Amino acid sequence: MAQLQIRQALLAAIDEEMTRDERVFVMGEEVGYYDGAYKVTEGLLAKYGERRVVDTPIAEAGFAGVGIGAAMAGLRPIVEFMTFNFSAVAFDQLLNNAAKLRQLSNGQFTLPIVFRGPNAAAHMLSSTHSQAFESFYCGFPGVKVISVATPYDAKGLLKSAIRDDNPVIFFESEVMYSVKGEVPDEEYLIPIGKADIKRAGDGITVVTWGQGVPVALAAAELVAADGLDCEVIDLRTLRPLDEEAVLTSVRKTNRVVLVYHGWPYGGTGAEISDRIQRLMFDHLDAPIERVCYEDLNMPYAENLEQLVLPSPEKAAEAIRKVAYFKV
Amino acid sequence: MSEPSAESPSAPVPGRDPQELRRLYTQMLRIRRFEEAAARAYTQGKISGFLHLYIGQEAIAVATAELMQKGDRVVTTYRDHGFAVALGCDTGACMAELFGKKTGLVGGNGGSMHFFAKDKGLWGGYAIVGGHVPVAAGHAFASKYTGDGAVTLCFLGEGAMHIGATHEGMHLAGLWRLPIVFVIENNQYAMGTPLRRQTAVDDLTVRAPGYRLTSDRWVVRDVFETRTRLAKAVEQARHDSQPALIELLTYRFRGHSMSDPGKYRSKDEVEQWKERDPLFRAQLELPEAEAEAIDETVIAEMDAAVEFADGSPQPDPEHRFRGHYVEDDLAAGA
Repeated sequence: MAQLQIRQALLAAIDEEMTRDERVFVMGEEVGYYDGAYKVTEGLLAKYGERRVVDTPIAEAGFAGVGIGAAMAGLRPIVEFMTFNFSAVAFDQLLNNAAKLRQLSNGQFTLPIVFRGPNAAAHMLSSTHSQAFESFYCGFPGVKVISVATPYDAKGLLKSAIRDDNPVIFFESEVMYSVKGEVPDEEYLIPIGKADIKRAGDGITVVTWGQGVPVALAAAELVAADGLDCEVIDLRTLRPLDEEAVLTSVRKTNRVVLVYHGWPYGGTGAEISDRIQRLMFDHLDAPIERVCYEDLNMPYAENLEQLVLPSPEKAAEAIRKVAYFKV
Repeated sequence: MSEPSAESPSAPVPGRDPQELRRLYTQMLRIRRFEEAAARAYTQGKISGFLHLYIGQEAIAVATAELMQKGDRVVTTYRDHGFAVALGCDTGACMAELFGKKTGLVGGNGGSMHFFAKDKGLWGGYAIVGGHVPVAAGHAFASKYTGDGAVTLCFLGEGAMHIGATHEGMHLAGLWRLPIVFVIENNQYAMGTPLRRQTAVDDLTVRAPGYRLTSDRWVVRDVFETRTRLAKAVEQARHDSQPALIELLTYRFRGHSMSDPGKYRSKDEVEQWKERDPLFRAQLELPEAEAEAIDETVIAEMDAAVEFADGSPQPDPEHRFRGHYVEDDLAAGA
């Protein structure tokens, strides 16, 4: 077992898959000579050369489209968005091309392509650079959506994403690239579409993913002092959703809190909440609570940003509420 | 509308191979008769949605098909029937797609605007203006990556020259020297907006040097000339990996789509372009009896296509679940 940062785990996944399959290549802004804006692609240019580590100009719609066209022609591109905020200008390519070309062509084309990069708020970047995009990319069929929170998951799921024959949106986190964790020395894959119980418990189900995971785990610690026993489920894949993992936990706990980075109106959190109440209505002992961004554009100022973001304290408050726990 | 500035000699080239003339004429006529049959079916309510006809532009698809080698790819717009017919797709399957039938080219998933026939080199009809340009550059990127020697031909309307994706796609093709030929089919109107109200320049190839693309520009009045000049760009792309930007001045005789009566242009203008119509001009070179005999055969083919489409079943209800993910197809046993 090695102790790796998330960025190193991602790099190891890319490196192994590039060695394994000559069709795999990396493309994006600063992925080569700069070694990656967040050093996820560090050393790849030196090892694989310009043919397979392709620096692009600032043209997201252009290189996202090139990746899609290359995938249709048999290659397996890994397209890096320096941040998913910049994927907004390539949205048409993902929505109308990546997600639809297999269906439109009646199965004539296969699109094995990964779009990856950091997602959600970092620290004091204001509204254009602090957005969580899962609700947009989970909002239409034709793509798979992954969001990782540990080095182990990052490596195992990125390798699966690269080998998957569908377009995959792969969310990382700028503020979590240096989070360390154990990663096996031997090769392993984590299946797409499987949630993971990050903390077992019987009292309250806390559903989370991505940057929400450390918030949820910290909240679980806080309420443990009150005698509340949380089960923290990291979805890891948001589309397809591991519905059974969530429902199994709710059958046991009868109480649910969702903790995630993202807006409350519409979207992934709302979808999960809807499914739980619809499928588990008779099991629920309290309304489902959601701890996420306030429904606001992110401010720059540190104190204001903290107010908008989910926090362990806010999540702990919500957990106590669904448990009808009075301090 | 000003007179296109890149006029070319109008006299038929002497010593033309009559067999070739017959073949090219037949192919152009097949497209026109296909489109006319589709228009009739549309007015009869057999076809719905959007239907954009290629009438007037046939020589471009036919000349292109003549140059295609195994592995070459055509990527085009939503005005895509002409390429499908020229590249050898079964006209029954094409018509059935317009009818939304199970036997359609893409099983009833795409309709008029989304024809795909990978095995024939038709890598797609794309319905978001300009969105296909980076994708086509991606096909060419793959050719360079694998060294497969294939050329990608990317067609776009002049209206697509003003949207960002087109700029980015051409920019990357020039930067990376990809084996691709971008062909603007300048049919003078982006829906109802004439070129002079779309852009400050009247020659769109002035943008080529900015991307380091070579360029050429001519009026499409002769299918042979179009083939010859297009061939130069294709060979440059194939052998030197030098991308090109070609502007073809052409005209669609029908409206933008079936719902457009085309009131924004004058009768004189349409008549002027009818005299340049490559199909009409090719017909003048053929003996009348021969032209008539060809037409009879072609009309019979299109009648059969309509009959096939009309008689075909609708897709199975379960078909809507397929094609979204690779796993769906496996589950469905495809």
